Amino acid sequence: MSLDLSRREFLQGAGAAGALTLAPGVFLHAKDPEVPVTDAVRWGMLVDTRLCQEDCDACVTACNEEHNLEDLGRPETDAQWIRKLTVRDPLGGRTISLPMMCQHCENPPCVDVCPTGASFRRVDGIVLVDKHTCIGCRYCMMACPYKARSFIHENLTEQLPHAPRGKGCVESCTMCVHKVDAGENTTACAEACHKDGHQAILFGDLNDPDSEISKRIQEFGATQIRADLGLNTGVRYQNL
Amino acid sequence: MSVASIRYATLDAGRSYWGLLAVLAGVTLVGLAGFLHLEHEGHWITGMNNQVVWGIPHVFAVFLIVAASGALNVASIASVFGQVTYKPLARLSGLLAAGLLIGGLVILVLDLGRPDRLIVAMTYYNFKSIFAWNIFLYTGLLAVIALYMFVLFQPAFARWTRAAGTLALLWRLILTTGTGAIFGFLVARQGYDAAIMAPLFIIMSFSFGTAVFMLVLTAACHGSGRVLGDALLFRLKNLLAVFVSAVLYFVLAYHITNLYATEHHGYEAFILNFESLYSKLFWIGQVGFGSLVPLALFYAPRTRTCRISTHVGAGLVILGGLIQMYVIIIGGQAYPLVLFPGMEESSSFYDGVVASYIPSIWEFLLGFTGVAISLIVVVAGLGALGILPEDLSDPKPAG
Amino acid sequence: MLSVVALTAFSNASAEGLGPFIPKAKGEQCVEPTQVMRERHWEFILHQRDETMYKGIRTTRHSLKNCLECHVQPDEEGRFPRSSEMSHFCTSCHVFAGIRVDCFECHADRPHEAYSIIPRHSRLSLNDLFRRRSVQ
Ligand code: SF4
Ligand code: SF4
Repeated sequence: MSLDLSRREFLQGAGAAGALTLAPGVFLHAKDPEVPVTDAVRWGMLVDTRLCQEDCDACVTACNEEHNLEDLGRPETDAQWIRKLTVRDPLGGRTISLPMMCQHCENPPCVDVCPTGASFRRVDGIVLVDKHTCIGCRYCMMACPYKARSFIHENLTEQLPHAPRGKGCVESCTMCVHKVDAGENTTACAEACHKDGHQAILFGDLNDPDSEISKRIQEFGATQIRADLGLNTGVRYQNL
Repeated sequence: MSVASIRYATLDAGRSYWGLLAVLAGVTLVGLAGFLHLEHEGHWITGMNNQVVWGIPHVFAVFLIVAASGALNVASIASVFGQVTYKPLARLSGLLAAGLLIGGLVILVLDLGRPDRLIVAMTYYNFKSIFAWNIFLYTGLLAVIALYMFVLFQPAFARWTRAAGTLALLWRLILTTGTGAIFGFLVARQGYDAAIMAPLFIIMSFSFGTAVFMLVLTAACHGSGRVLGDALLFRLKNLLAVFVSAVLYFVLAYHITNLYATEHHGYEAFILNFESLYSKLFWIGQVGFGSLVPLALFYAPRTRTCRISTHVGAGLVILGGLIQMYVIIIGGQAYPLVLFPGMEESSSFYDGVVASYIPSIWEFLLGFTGVAISLIVVVAGLGALGILPEDLSDPKPAG
Repeated sequence: MLSVVALTAFSNASAEGLGPFIPKAKGEQCVEPTQVMRERHWEFILHQRDETMYKGIRTTRHSLKNCLECHVQPDEEGRFPRSSEMSHFCTSCHVFAGIRVDCFECHADRPHEAYSIIPRHSRLSLNDLFRRRSVQ
């Protein structure tokens, strides 16, 4: 992991240099660290539930490691940014499995209800909590339709440099914003799923019609969970 | 009839007065010690978790805030609707409302994950948030009450009483609507997404506030050797009886509307089928002991003119109110969120199952602190200011 | 607990008779002149905090992370000081000045190279073992 970090730092230094070739076929378009993010992009993820294996939780493990979400042996209060959800149709018993995390809504209820504005949506579509202004009222947790958020119930001491988190604040999936800003163009969960050979999670720019994620959505369509709420989620699902 | 003809007096600060204050201060101190421990350790020591994020502290806090609004009933009836009988009690009404509100707010603040950032809560506002609006409404109500009390206390401003009373009335109606909307706006939760939440909270406030008012009034009269006339007490009781029935009616309307929509049947069964804890609390606590028993006490020929049963009835209304809050706040969260309507869900994050919640002593301590602080405000106010008329006995000289 | 630390700081400082103990940093020169940093470092960090949080601006010059990269260095045994210890750059001065900061309640208190030596899964501290509560 230290390797990971230094690579990131290195890329940051080389940010202005633009595209870098890391491995054959993998291009990194590191964002210039001086340039603010814009709404020209909208980051999102696409989950193909047919490719998602019920007994696999590589994405969950990867997320926990990436952000050092510790297992304190208290499942009711331990933070979970992403979880595997099993959905069973009582008629016929068909079961699907899928990763559930913050859906990065365009009209996020968590942002609407937050009294201090700590819950916010970055212009590139990533919904974050500014833990400097979060007062820990947990109203956003009441409002989120996906149960995507966790409250930090105890003192933490082993936070990683790129993933600040601490007692008394609410947090949720950041769509690996540190990776996105470093131009890695992926998330820990998508990467892990890819590595395991399932390729059920695809990260990309929903605004770019030529991105793979957009093309897949154009071709096969994709659904929002609880589309009835009209939140225009940034995480979409196929074959629900 | 002039306000000036009523003579007010402070409570005599005797032994029992200071004793009561000391007890309340003791409760507050124990509560604050508990708070320090909670703040040091984090919320894992409480029963609250990532499923049930609001617990006992919120039950107490919302109850107190709602009751605060209702405690102003007497003031409104006296100052806005011109009921002479209640005029002498308007000051107590204002003081009690302020006390309950302060107690409720203290609990809310102490339960925050970052209570040290109170200043952030007051300097950063998201105006789309009903919660942020409520912060204004709550502090605003304190200011409005202060204004109202000022007018009551200054004979020179007597002609403004009605205006100030009307402002307070409107303000508290909006405040209770806002409090109900905190829940009513939660579109994704099965138990909350209902416009009726706001009026339900208003009528609940009338009921709880009046019940608290009756008990505080009786205690204050008893403690200061004043005679509280039967007529006044039973008049309040009759008012309370109407409010209790109205709450029942709104609860009925809420559940019937929900039962009409098949989508809500799961949640309705959860609350009504008498199997879950929340359902038992609903039927036995809220409906039985909190509403039907008091109504029986208030109306039955044998008890309707009995002071003791009146007080027991008011106490039960308060207990039932707390239970109702518990059912609404905790029950609404314990019932699983529906991500895929019609499907069965399961996960490591308690999807698809009723969340467990076992309240801890720390949460109760926070709740008791709030109640104690409310009462400290009231008792201190009664001792420092001429809040209570010297004479509250029945044959009232025409003002 | 903090007062104990404060007392220690005070006695340290008075023993040397001057100011707080300032651990050695890596590198030649800070990102700003020392005096400017003394007076305004919190402004820089605060400004950068919001730039990064809301706009994704991740320049390193004024970032807290960057401060730690130079100012928090390992001792002879290769151990990095934690923010709870007086040998930590930020803590040393802040305790001396009597100004509590809560940065490290959430932020890492060491440069990233310190993290390569933490074993991944030995995360339960003794404290946690005592606190462990069964939630079956
Ligand atoms: S999924 Fe929940 S936490 Fe994420 S943006 Fe939507 S409402 Fe907010
Ligand atoms: S817990 Fe924090 S982010 Fe969530 S609503 Fe409250 S202040 Fe906002």
